[in-house]
Amino acid sequence: MRFLSFFFDLLEPFFRLGQRWLGLSRLGWLFVAPNLLVIGVFTFLPILINIVYATTGGVNLFPFERPFTGTENFQILFECRNYLDLSTCRKDVFWRAIGNTLKFSVLQVGLMVLVSLITALVLNRKIMGRGFWRGVYFYPVLLSPVVVALIWKWLLQSQGVFNAGLVTAGMTPIEWLTDAGWAFFWTVFVSIWAHMGFYTLILLAGLQAIPRDLYEAAAMDRASPWRALTRITLPLLMPNLIVVLVLAAIRAVQVFDEVFVLTGGGPGSATTFIVQFIYQTGFAEQIHLYGLAAAASLALAAFLVVLTLAQLRLTRASEAGQKGR
Amino acid sequence: MKVLDFLLRTRGRQRLHWTDVLTYVYLFVGLFMMFAPVLWLFASSFKTESAIGQFPPTFLPYSQKTVIVAGHEKPLPLFSVELDGGQQREMAQVSRMGILATMVDVAKPQDTVQVNINQRKPVYELKFAWSNYTDLFGKFTFGTYLWNSVFITVVATLLTLLFNSMAAFALSKYRFKGQKSVFLLIIATLMIPPTIILVPVFLVINQVGLLNNLWGVILPAVATPTGVFLLRQYMLTIPDELIEAARMDHASEWRIYWRIVLPLSAPALAVLAIFSVMWRWNDFLLPLIVLSQSEHFTLQLALNSFQGELNTQWNYLLAMTVITLLPVTLVFAFLQRYITTGIASAGVK
Repeated sequence: MRFLSFFFDLLEPFFRLGQRWLGLSRLGWLFVAPNLLVIGVFTFLPILINIVYATTGGVNLFPFERPFTGTENFQILFECRNYLDLSTCRKDVFWRAIGNTLKFSVLQVGLMVLVSLITALVLNRKIMGRGFWRGVYFYPVLLSPVVVALIWKWLLQSQGVFNAGLVTAGMTPIEWLTDAGWAFFWTVFVSIWAHMGFYTLILLAGLQAIPRDLYEAAAMDRASPWRALTRITLPLLMPNLIVVLVLAAIRAVQVFDEVFVLTGGGPGSATTFIVQFIYQTGFAEQIHLYGLAAAASLALAAFLVVLTLAQLRLTRASEAGQKGR
Repeated sequence: MKVLDFLLRTRGRQRLHWTDVLTYVYLFVGLFMMFAPVLWLFASSFKTESAIGQFPPTFLPYSQKTVIVAGHEKPLPLFSVELDGGQQREMAQVSRMGILATMVDVAKPQDTVQVNINQRKPVYELKFAWSNYTDLFGKFTFGTYLWNSVFITVVATLLTLLFNSMAAFALSKYRFKGQKSVFLLIIATLMIPPTIILVPVFLVINQVGLLNNLWGVILPAVATPTGVFLLRQYMLTIPDELIEAARMDHASEWRIYWRIVLPLSAPALAVLAIFSVMWRWNDFLLPLIVLSQSEHFTLQLALNSFQGELNTQWNYLLAMTVITLLPVTLVFAFLQRYITTGIASAGVK
């Protein structure tokens, strides 16, 4: 505590000076300066540089020593001789990564929101120890992606519990993480396992905001529980559901860490997603193609913008719908 | 029927409905799904290297018993052998060739017997390999990784609290030109995921000379839009009269900030501190590109590079994973309420 006040006292003269020079009306700038400096240098400046990278070629890290190549990076990424056959594309891994990411996002978001919704509905019932049960589903959310991946890698390895179960049941063991289909399934499963608690919590908050008397009125009218669910709960939960869907989609499109540790993108490129493509082109491979990586991240950014705009549209539509009722 | 009645009885007058039973079944299945994998990992982390390789694996760390037999330097594995007469005896294995094993009686080390390997079964004992944990500090530079992680987490969290509370103070207690734009600018960074500016962030960190430096991971992370938002919303509820009164007493603005506003925002600061600790402890992508030399690795990076090795030493890797998830688990056990209410109210992670 004494150290803390010593530290703050040390900064005092600096701010007194600032107060005298700037006056009270402009002192606010001094307080926001550290924050602005950090986001300026590490967020907004990089956005600008990203554009420079995407439009220049070569392997030089310094943006202004790189030869201008215009849209060449984008051409490398997107050009195919025959768009119906991925192997004719100049960067077929990129296309595969896009395909994988879309497939992953649709499956993961759809299933996860469904499971979260069911869990939230269950948690919203009259149950003993609700705080405890709410925490249960939330625990994996706090674990780091690396830890999550290692937990499952340990269970799924060829000598792991899952295969032990199969062998005891008299079946042949499966290489869960080196079989393309299974590896993809497990990336979806593990990422649902790790993140569903977060979305459950948001949906639960939405459920608890629905007035109880609506259900009492429904019971009075002898509405079945199913009818109460489809006519009261789901419509009133719609705004939360949209938020959850879009948030989950924005995260799913950026999936990287868990999968990177769990499968390393393999087997082949079966579980390689866009962010891993960016990481590999920019940092992991022998020649660091910063321009290509930057172009790919701009493509990802454009996609995220579309998602965000869709959210705004949907929320506005659902709000308008509620008012109209 | 009586048993069912008894099981379904509740404290109130009502009996449990079948949907209630279904609810609890769902909850317990969920409990199993969420915690069993972690428990399995935890139990496995106490297995010896030989127990790790056993198939099928056991939940508890059973490993084959070994005995020291006179005349042999190394401890020998113990088996339960079925001898020709149908009699069972515990014997140690000296060597094995093909399907024949040379066994020795512990009491009489001179007499050896040749038996078919199908006639013997390993003797298991419960053995906790604490060395998985203690070895980490001796054999590997695990202490360095742990220190790096702790340093980054603590310093980044302190700076996050300082910078974000300063910004939140200005944004909630002052009226200045451009204030709204500043707030919007900070909030807008929420929309910019770190994954899409990976390459240029690498360049910037390189240019400021922070590559392979712990500060290169700390500095970019200290201005969190979530933190500013959380603290600003909280500080808005602190009455302005308090600040006016302090100004009357000629307190400087800096003093008002840290003597009045900061202590009053303690609950919000606590929530942000918990979040920040978890964010930084679990961080992966930024450290992955900034810290490439192993002496600067954080725990997460060390785990990643260990598991990528050709011969993964699972016993050490598992112990390391347990240590890595321990702090987060403790935070979860004791502060779960703060986190869940924080998320439910602010909708942020």
